[in-house]
Amino acid sequence: MNTTGRIFDIQKFSTHDGPGIRTIVFLKGCVLRCRWCCNPESQNYAIEQMNQNGKIKTIGRDVTVKEVMDVVVQDMPYYRRSGGGLTLSGGECLTQPDFASALLRCAKEDYGLSTAIESTACAKYETIQKLLPYLDWYLMDIKHINPEKHKAFTTRSNELILENAKKLARDAKNLVVRVPVIPTFNDEESEILDIARFAKSLGTVEQMHLLPYHRLGYDKYVGLDRDYPMGDLKTPTAEKMARLKEVAESVGINVMIGG
Amino acid sequence: MGNYNSEYIEKTARIDKLKDALFATPPQVEADRAVLLTESYMKTEGEPIITRRAKAFKNICEFLPITIRDNELIVGANTKMPRSCQTYPEFSYEWLESEFDTMATRKADPFYISEDTKKTLHEVYKYWKGKTTSELALAYMAPEAKLAMDHDMFTPGNYFYNGVGHVTVQYDKVLAIGYKGIIKEAKDQLSSLCVGKDDYVTRSAFLKAVIMSCEAAVTYAKRYSALAKEMASKESDKARRAELEKISQVCANVPENGATSFYEACQSFWFIQMLLQTESSGHSISPGRFDQYMYPYYKADIEKGAITREFAQELVDCIWVKLNELNKIRDAASAEGFAGYSLFQNLIVGGQDKYGEDATNDLSFICINATMHILLPQPSFSIRVWNKSPHELLLRAAELTRTGVGLPAYYNDEVIIPSLMSRGLTLEDARDYNIIGCVEPQKAGKTWGWHDAAFYNMCRPLELVFSNGVDKGVQISIKTGEISDFDTFDKFYDAYKKQQNYMIAMLVNADNAIDVAHAERCPLPYLSSMVEDCIGRGKTPEQGGAIYNFTGPQGFGIANMADSLYAIKTLVYDQKKFTLAELKEALDHNYGKDEFDADTVGKITEKVALELASKGQTVTESDVQNIYNAVKKNVSSDGKSARYNEIREMILAVDKFGNDIPEVDAFARDVAYTYTKPLQNFRNPRGGIFQAGLYPVSANVPLGAQTGATPDGRYAHTPVADGVSPSAGMDKHGPTSAANSVSKLDHAIASNGTLFNMKFHPSALAGKSGLESFVALVRGYFDQKGSHMQFNVVSRETLRDAQKNPDKYKSLVVRVAGYSALFTTLSKSLQDDIINRTEQGSIS
Repeated sequence: MNTTGRIFDIQKFSTHDGPGIRTIVFLKGCVLRCRWCCNPESQNYAIEQMNQNGKIKTIGRDVTVKEVMDVVVQDMPYYRRSGGGLTLSGGECLTQPDFASALLRCAKEDYGLSTAIESTACAKYETIQKLLPYLDWYLMDIKHINPEKHKAFTTRSNELILENAKKLARDAKNLVVRVPVIPTFNDEESEILDIARFAKSLGTVEQMHLLPYHRLGYDKYVGLDRDYPMGDLKTPTAEKMARLKEVAESVGINVMIGG
Repeated sequence: MGNYNSEYIEKTARIDKLKDALFATPPQVEADRAVLLTESYMKTEGEPIITRRAKAFKNICEFLPITIRDNELIVGANTKMPRSCQTYPEFSYEWLESEFDTMATRKADPFYISEDTKKTLHEVYKYWKGKTTSELALAYMAPEAKLAMDHDMFTPGNYFYNGVGHVTVQYDKVLAIGYKGIIKEAKDQLSSLCVGKDDYVTRSAFLKAVIMSCEAAVTYAKRYSALAKEMASKESDKARRAELEKISQVCANVPENGATSFYEACQSFWFIQMLLQTESSGHSISPGRFDQYMYPYYKADIEKGAITREFAQELVDCIWVKLNELNKIRDAASAEGFAGYSLFQNLIVGGQDKYGEDATNDLSFICINATMHILLPQPSFSIRVWNKSPHELLLRAAELTRTGVGLPAYYNDEVIIPSLMSRGLTLEDARDYNIIGCVEPQKAGKTWGWHDAAFYNMCRPLELVFSNGVDKGVQISIKTGEISDFDTFDKFYDAYKKQQNYMIAMLVNADNAIDVAHAERCPLPYLSSMVEDCIGRGKTPEQGGAIYNFTGPQGFGIANMADSLYAIKTLVYDQKKFTLAELKEALDHNYGKDEFDADTVGKITEKVALELASKGQTVTESDVQNIYNAVKKNVSSDGKSARYNEIREMILAVDKFGNDIPEVDAFARDVAYTYTKPLQNFRNPRGGIFQAGLYPVSANVPLGAQTGATPDGRYAHTPVADGVSPSAGMDKHGPTSAANSVSKLDHAIASNGTLFNMKFHPSALAGKSGLESFVALVRGYFDQKGSHMQFNVVSRETLRDAQKNPDKYKSLVVRVAGYSALFTTLSKSLQDDIINRTEQGSIS
């Protein structure tokens, strides 16, 4: 309970990142630098300042597992009624494996909550394994099958990620593949089809989520005094998303738009 | 799967036609009732009041114009045109007469009135000078209570100007034995009375009045039977002719006799509902547990194969349309407080029966379908929820919520039942509760609850603490000391409680004066025939004939007061950031909101001078100085506005109610007690107690306009918090945190109801999983002993567009507060308030 970690936000009443009503804890620090990232303040582990509506806000604080769980359990009545619980997001929770594991363990063993992480799986598999005993839902991002393109848009290649996906398909209780659909990056039908095929080949993936690109992160880049890498890229249309959903479904996998 | 059929039933083309006809003409004022009433009153001078009331009701039932509209299966209308209204001068009329020329163009709930009608009513109203309940109430009221009322400390305008309403009668009894049965009961009573008994004279007059009123209701129905028969004989369309013949048969049998079919039960119900609102102008005449008392007739017909579920649905849909046809005009100020032409006819389904079993049945779902079919504000549709409520019922209710109609409201049996028992109801009666009007629970057919007895603004006593009891230069309350006397927070808080207690006593006095005036001038014999134990006691409900008697004035502004007192405690006493005197100054200057610094004053002066010069006037040095002084006097705060704003910023940074912060929430609970606890020590003239409600209807907007800046950072004249909800925009951690905070108030002691309003973007309820999450949210709040929850599900964009293009959104319904209303009929300020309420939802 005294393990400490660094978070930058806790969001309650989330209904899109795992089953039921959930609380999402956002951990700070990420190994990727995805160009479309809507939480740019999550990327650096260092505590930083961000201008939010003209006010300077400190992003990041160090907290103990107990401090986080005190907030998480405030919504216990809703978890009970909905089968919800705790979701770790980020950033990438695998960059703080001891803290992430302690949080999940506490949620699972002390409070019997449903647990989930939203993760790139871009870490040594031994690190990931630390979390698995306490984890119900692994919501795993697979952004592209092509290693070069993956590297070009996220700064890292995808070999490790795809390798881990195969192991997770074997070891994780529930594995969901999530694809942020980013125009100019992976919104061609063939690109989505490749991901869907890969997901299907894993054997145990029941669900794939297509998450349409959105621009809600724009103000944060401005507030961090950084350039917005996506320029004025438009969000994909509903028709486009519906089409991609059909394409993905053609391999025989359940597909949802949104989480 | 429960023991019911929940399958959805489509609506028929008839329902859309009936609904369209409702909105074909604007609401208007009709004169017939006032004329018939006055005509009768003039003939009965000198007779007992109860007899006069019965004779007037009889005259109305015999001669009020009747009409059967196209496509109707359920008939009976108290106005010639739909959504029009009659007037009720026996309660009050002066406001109405003075508003004849403005009522068509006013912002909230306009009514058209013809020149002829104005003339007729002017003539009729001459009779009523000095004879109304309103005038008598004023005569009874203590001068200090009247003073407090004049200074807007509270507003009992509802019953001061109108009938009481706010009742659910024994529909079940009329359906079972008809008025014939009730007349027999009254006659038996009468014949058992001994002429020499002490109260024989009043009892016998009362019983004769009840008999006459029931006979009048039967006469009224027979007129419809005759009209339908006549119309049938002239009808060329064969199908419609058959319908009219059926209507004629049905109206010949009910409500005189017990209903022999579901159709007759529906028609009988409607006559009761409509005639109650013809006898008196009171609103919130609530159908209550319709799915329960109608069920035996439905079940019998279905089992016999006498009707199909589809036809039962159509009949219920017809009733739903009729409930929207009734209307009532209120004075311009009250119209703002009850905006949306709403009559608050609350109808509730689900929950447990008097034995503690779940009572959900086919009709519970048919009622949900009906609301889904017509998507209009009436009936104020409600769902009772308890631990054994079928999940399916709640999912279907959630689907209805998702339409954005603002219905249903959700009520928690697990809080309300023990709460009512704490007020003296038996376990069986408490389990059988329904809701009156907005959120007020009671036992049907046994209660004269005087719910909605006044709006009490909890923010105003705090102003009196700062002013030592003075409002607008007048000493209207007790002196609780100068602010310099309050050297500890406890002393300050104590002064607030003293001001509160004094004003509660004034409120009680005003309510009791009005209560007595109704008993003396407008006892209601027709209503008395359907409230237990009026016949046994020989008294109307107003005179104490009901089994359970209450008076329930509603306090509001709890979130503002909790946040204000908590900010004062934190910043003035704990952290000493500023003094009470500084705070008072900042409040007096509305935190410097509309004030300018010296530089701006200079610029305005320059502009005015140049304008004058451009018009050819000579502007001298001393003119400029004069202009400067004048501007300064009006808009400047001598450079202090920056400090006032700084004080406000500090206040806003303090923790607020609505964010699941235990210390603040515990504080709010205590602040609510400053109203709910003292109030329950007072009694009304009917032998009942006062019980608090915590809900504002829509009065948080107009009454907020009468309230200066508050120490929670709220600017003067802006809306105060709505019900027990957090202040708008102050709940920053989403719906679960807001709900957790609200659940920490003591809902059970506010036995006249609490109101928690939440606004959702439709996206929050998307898909099956959205509905499931929504149901879990309601359940989670109720697990923590919240009492009531309601939801607005529309996007801000939709509402903004509706403001700009009202014609496109004529039937857009929003949840205002305890009821749903047509958005475009609300005043601009109320529309803005709805738009600005925190939009809950999650974006991911």
